[in-house]
Amino acid sequence: MAATPTARRSAKEAIPTPERVSVGLTVNGVARQLQLAPWTTLLDALRDHLDLTGTKKGCDHGQCGACTVLVDGRRINSCLALAVMQDGTQVTTIEGLARDGALHPLQQAFIDHDAFQCGYCTPGQICSAAGLIAEGKARTADEIRELMSGNICRCGAYVNIVAAIQQAMGQS
Amino acid sequence: MINFHYTRAHDVAGAVRQKAAEPGAKFIAGGTNLVDLMKDDVERPTRLIDISRLPLRTVEETPGGGLRIGALVPNSDLAYHPLVERRYPLLSSAILAGASQQLRNMASTGGNLLQRTRCSYFYDTAMPCNKRAPGSGCGALEGINRYHAILGASEHCIATHPSDMCVALAALDATVHVAGPKGDRAIPFAEFHRLPGDTPQRDTTLEPDEIVTAVELPAESFAMNYTYLKIRDRLSYAFALVSVAVGLDLEGDRIGNARVALGGVAHKPWRDPAAEAALRGRAANDASFEQAANILLRGAKGHGHNDFKIDLARRTIVRALTQAAQATPQSQSNKKIR
Repeated sequence: MAATPTARRSAKEAIPTPERVSVGLTVNGVARQLQLAPWTTLLDALRDHLDLTGTKKGCDHGQCGACTVLVDGRRINSCLALAVMQDGTQVTTIEGLARDGALHPLQQAFIDHDAFQCGYCTPGQICSAAGLIAEGKARTADEIRELMSGNICRCGAYVNIVAAIQQAMGQS
Repeated sequence: MINFHYTRAHDVAGAVRQKAAEPGAKFIAGGTNLVDLMKDDVERPTRLIDISRLPLRTVEETPGGGLRIGALVPNSDLAYHPLVERRYPLLSSAILAGASQQLRNMASTGGNLLQRTRCSYFYDTAMPCNKRAPGSGCGALEGINRYHAILGASEHCIATHPSDMCVALAALDATVHVAGPKGDRAIPFAEFHRLPGDTPQRDTTLEPDEIVTAVELPAESFAMNYTYLKIRDRLSYAFALVSVAVGLDLEGDRIGNARVALGGVAHKPWRDPAAEAALRGRAANDASFEQAANILLRGAKGHGHNDFKIDLARRTIVRALTQAAQATPQSQSNKKIR
């Protein structure tokens, strides 16, 4: 992003045809090889190319957190990440959190505390909370709220979400 | 999002060469701002040059006692870096006041400097905007301008710079290191971002084919008496209406060196050497702080919806100076302002 006037293309200028780029991702422990147009986001690659529709598209602008996944263990907004730039990484989605048929402690805690209503933000909330616990920076309820502020819940289940995360932190 | 070509850069020189060869190309690192702008058709690069794998990810102490931060160090890593937390808590605090943890995990140091304004007229391609489409006019001047500039604006643009991190870097007198076809150069932070004037399409003094390689902090770090106080419409994850970064050196109850930078009020982080000079040697009390606030806000001008920001800024400056003087910096998790 250099400080130039916004690049504008003339009508005559050729627009690149969809060139495909080879992208290797390890998704939920499984190696996947994809041929993707460079403008494919990680979110669209997961949902449209790998049929992993647990990760949700909310705002598609990094403002709601519904698309949160873990890349190399760190939580990010997959709607703002180009899949081609994630080549070679380990991606964990909501589908990859349960182990051997047992729910992840965060999944169980969200059920125990009724931490959702419509459920649309829930996969992002849970992946974000998994990232938060791995970071180890949140101890108090204030700190959980602050470090979960990138995940919006329009049903307003925030109180129960914080309680669920506190339960899971106690277990981890 | 418009179609584009994609290339990965393997070294800084190669990245600069690729950029120079294709004027419509753009660098991408974290992508949190650029991808968003591309989705809205505000940015239409012909090619993205992926610089995210360049070896610019280290934080190193400099011989002069400062810190050199690689341009690709993620915002979250920088905020939590032990040397930053201990020696430059003002920087750590400002970073944690901005965005969300997901975005801070993606966003790079260099990209934070180069992010574009969040002015809604800049984002809306159906509206006039001299920053997006030079010569088309400014939709914000007579529009909804609650978030817009009260200092340093022009008749062509009243957008604000959105960064929190940059407000702290301005207060800390950072230096921006860049590389380009003509070699490397260092830009003092105060000269990196620019005022809009009649060319608001240029946010910074970076040349089109230059790349940010590092940000350097001098030794003076204000680790004892500092604060980053950010006022916004909700408690977290919102851009600043007004923010204030303060660093003070106190000699007893007298102020030695003082730094005050404002965010959310101008096209760049706002400092005024006269306000800082007026604090030097004075007692650390309300009268001194109010005088500094008045100097910082001389020439402040509202545009209707943002008139309230002038008084808000005055009070926020005084409160922030009080917090810094009392060594009670604003917490970024418990938002109660004391």
